[in-house]
Amino acid sequence: MLDGGIGTATKRREDVRFLMGRGKYTDDHTPAGTCYAAFARSDMAHGRIVSIDAAAAEGMPGVLAVFTGADFADVGSNPAGWLINSRDGTPMYEPKRPVLAHGKVRHVGDAYAAVIAETREQAMDAVEALEVEIEPLDAVVDMAAALADGDNRVHDDLPGNQCFDWGWIEDNREATAAAIEAAPHVTTLELVNNRLVPNAIEPRCSIGEYDPGTGDYKLTTTSQNPHLTRLLISAFVLGIPENKLTVIGPDVGGGFGSKIYHYGEEALVLSAAKRLGRPVKWTATRSEAFLTDAHGRDHVTRIELACETDGTFIAFRTETMANVGAYLSNFSTATPTFLHGTLMAGNYTVPNVYVNVKAVFTNTAPVDAYRGAGRPEATYSLERVIDKCARELGIDPIAIRRKNFIQPDQYPYASAAGLEYDSGNYDALMDVLERRADLAGFEGRRAESERRGKLRGLGINSYIEACGIAPSNLVGQLGSRVGLYDAATVRVNATGNISVMVGAHSHGQGHETAFPQIVADMLGVDPATIEIVHGDTSKIPFGMGTYGSRSLAVCGSAVHRATEKVIVKARKIAAHMMSVSADDVDFADGQFSVPGTNKFVAWGDVALKAYIPHDFPLEEIEPGLEETAFYDPANFTYPSGAYACEVEVDPETGVVDVVSMVAADDFGNVVNPLIVTGQVQGGLAQGIGQALLEQTTYDADGQLLSASYMDYAMPRADDLPTLVVDHSSVTECTHNPLGVKGCGEAGAIGSPPTVVNAVIDALARGGHDVAHIDMPLTPVRVWTALQQA
Amino acid sequence: MPEISMRVNGTDRTVRVENRTLLVHALRDGLRLTGTHVGCDTSQCGACTIHVDGAPVKACSMLAVEADGAEVETIEGQAMSDGSLNTIQQAFQDHHGLQCGFCTPGMVMATAALLRENPKPGDAEIRHALKGNICRCTGYQGIVNAILAASGQPVPAAMDSEPAPVAAE
Ligand code: FES
Ligand code: FES
Repeated sequence: MLDGGIGTATKRREDVRFLMGRGKYTDDHTPAGTCYAAFARSDMAHGRIVSIDAAAAEGMPGVLAVFTGADFADVGSNPAGWLINSRDGTPMYEPKRPVLAHGKVRHVGDAYAAVIAETREQAMDAVEALEVEIEPLDAVVDMAAALADGDNRVHDDLPGNQCFDWGWIEDNREATAAAIEAAPHVTTLELVNNRLVPNAIEPRCSIGEYDPGTGDYKLTTTSQNPHLTRLLISAFVLGIPENKLTVIGPDVGGGFGSKIYHYGEEALVLSAAKRLGRPVKWTATRSEAFLTDAHGRDHVTRIELACETDGTFIAFRTETMANVGAYLSNFSTATPTFLHGTLMAGNYTVPNVYVNVKAVFTNTAPVDAYRGAGRPEATYSLERVIDKCARELGIDPIAIRRKNFIQPDQYPYASAAGLEYDSGNYDALMDVLERRADLAGFEGRRAESERRGKLRGLGINSYIEACGIAPSNLVGQLGSRVGLYDAATVRVNATGNISVMVGAHSHGQGHETAFPQIVADMLGVDPATIEIVHGDTSKIPFGMGTYGSRSLAVCGSAVHRATEKVIVKARKIAAHMMSVSADDVDFADGQFSVPGTNKFVAWGDVALKAYIPHDFPLEEIEPGLEETAFYDPANFTYPSGAYACEVEVDPETGVVDVVSMVAADDFGNVVNPLIVTGQVQGGLAQGIGQALLEQTTYDADGQLLSASYMDYAMPRADDLPTLVVDHSSVTECTHNPLGVKGCGEAGAIGSPPTVVNAVIDALARGGHDVAHIDMPLTPVRVWTALQQA
Repeated sequence: MPEISMRVNGTDRTVRVENRTLLVHALRDGLRLTGTHVGCDTSQCGACTIHVDGAPVKACSMLAVEADGAEVETIEGQAMSDGSLNTIQQAFQDHHGLQCGFCTPGMVMATAALLRENPKPGDAEIRHALKGNICRCTGYQGIVNAILAASGQPVPAAMDSEPAPVAAE
């Protein structure tokens, strides 16, 4: 292993600028002449815009322009990226999603006008001076009511508010129903996957610029995927040619999904920059983030598990209502369907699976992918119902899972939910978990808790996820309107140092440190000589960005492929320099040599030669040393894990204390263990937050009650235990060159059911027969359950 | 517009502000010290934590005019005089105490204040002291480990199968 290469826990080089206060986030950029945008946002959930009188606002100090929905009536719509067909074959309902609301406002926070002024304060003051009449309409908030009500419509031409009614796999519907009908035991559970606000700590921010000399636009924005944003603006919304629009995602302060999507504010600042000939900047307040960032989860599910009396699984069936909010955000139709239904077989050899999802429009903020995106919802439903089933049958929760695990000799394994898992070893993960979590010592710890008057419980979970969101071929069959490859260019400069331009975007994932480890490992050079360039469409090849735990598996593989091409070319140059055939040249430790001779040339000499090709046979070797690869994998990757959590419940108050959390994951090969551990710990915190704290609450009128950090409980340091992470159990991905699987979402997928299983276990051990409590397990919910059982 | 004077990271600075301008905006927009971040509008997240006259303050919870004449320290003034990371900053890098980096300036400033008060805080004390600083990325484990290390205390092993971190390139 090269020191600093693959597998090294290299400290992150990007940390130095962040620790010095020298990060450059979007809001840290203020081009000369910048003016500021502020948005007028609906304070009612549903209403008809009668009139907007901007005369007074336009006369306010510093005001430069006012935009309303009418200004964008003729431009395109921000589209959904996946086309989903209903069970009967009809395509989903796809409403127009305008830059600014026009005609109707459809959720609290929906922007219907924008003011541009010299200062942010002037713009905000002028928003207050807009004279607006909006006729209130009844709000559609509850999903079941939305489906039942033909009159009350989020979109006027869609009675019943149903976006689609999706079946997966539709051909399995009847066989699954028959299997459940005939099964000796069926466990049923109804549960809510609570709606979450992503809450990256950096609020969204966008700066539009326009150069009237060249006609070039530039958008600096808080994006996880600048090329995707450019594509959406160019091809769908504003029609600016891609070669006239640069999109830059500079340092970005976390995303978790919420910064994948193109938002109307981005189109607004670009349009305003063109009209005014000045840079236009908008920075969201946290309140705006709560109201307008795409939210996550929000499923209501009924799941059935049919099994033999010995716990052998026969069938899983789910019926889900998935909230998509008022408009379709870019990935919103994929999240509850192909990122959810396809995982519903879990880690198990269950022969029958059927998933039904009805997506529902409501007068709430759009809902889309949030860390895990669909897979946490699938895992939660499945792992909760398995726990309930084990309890009903009197089987140990680990034993029932082990009994049904896919075995190592069964790969590739075609799951009943339509995916082909390439590798895994779930028993091995469970072995690691039992050791790391000291499950043998649980009873002693429980007795100790009991002496202190606390109910201690143990929760177990195993999960699988489909990551490396890619194969274009597969996602295309599943309804994706885009390809999902990634790209990298490896440019060896004349003096031997290397620039690597990547399509993935780093907003906490540590690409600037991890990607050089791959290239250094392959070339045998010092990682310090390798720089990563990302986030700027004018500098990088066309890649699809960072989400779905895809950066390393997809873009890292592109880096690998491009580096391989560089080695092929460099070998030719070295062969020429040594006057031998390329086939005779060995490359190791940064040196080209001819075995059996004393001929060698160093890496740096080859790099220099590539740019000083005085004696090149030009018909055989082109000058330069730079290669690009687009990588499109054959399949998803399938990380998996086994998690354990211990909780103490205070029976007097219902307060839940998570006292331990252990994650054993199989991510395939690990490039940088330090970064991987951090990724899992971050996911665990978000999952524990979902399980115990975080709740997005709209009232019956569609007002968001949890719209600030005063009302929405974010996990803080003292809400969390020491987070123990182990990724020593490895089965390699079989189809990408690095054998890696992806780790970004695991913690958020595996932890919520683990925590809830632990609380139910604690109550059961205390003599309280509680079948289920919906997340978040707040003290009042737990206390109420304790009183009733 | 009033003009205020502050000593910022050891240098006398003056800046024009409106009466309603928050200190954090005076630093970011007026003095171009953009290391201090804004993560919320209810003084809850701690991304804007700085020191005013030696005490930790959320710079979004104070008007700029209130800081007239004050001694202000921000993240930009924390490195060693030779430009290298100070003990706290170095511990954050060593123990992966940051991911996106957005909460980080506030975390470093909050840590500096904590360790002045309590040079050897335990795990629970550290977690309690960080109540006013939200991090969405790290799950706080790397931050807690960094603070233990910065105060010369042993850090729990992340995993027994994990190699020790090596220096950044
Ligand atoms: S910006 Fe000051 S506490 Fe959030
Ligand atoms: S490192 Fe991203 S919010 Fe803390």
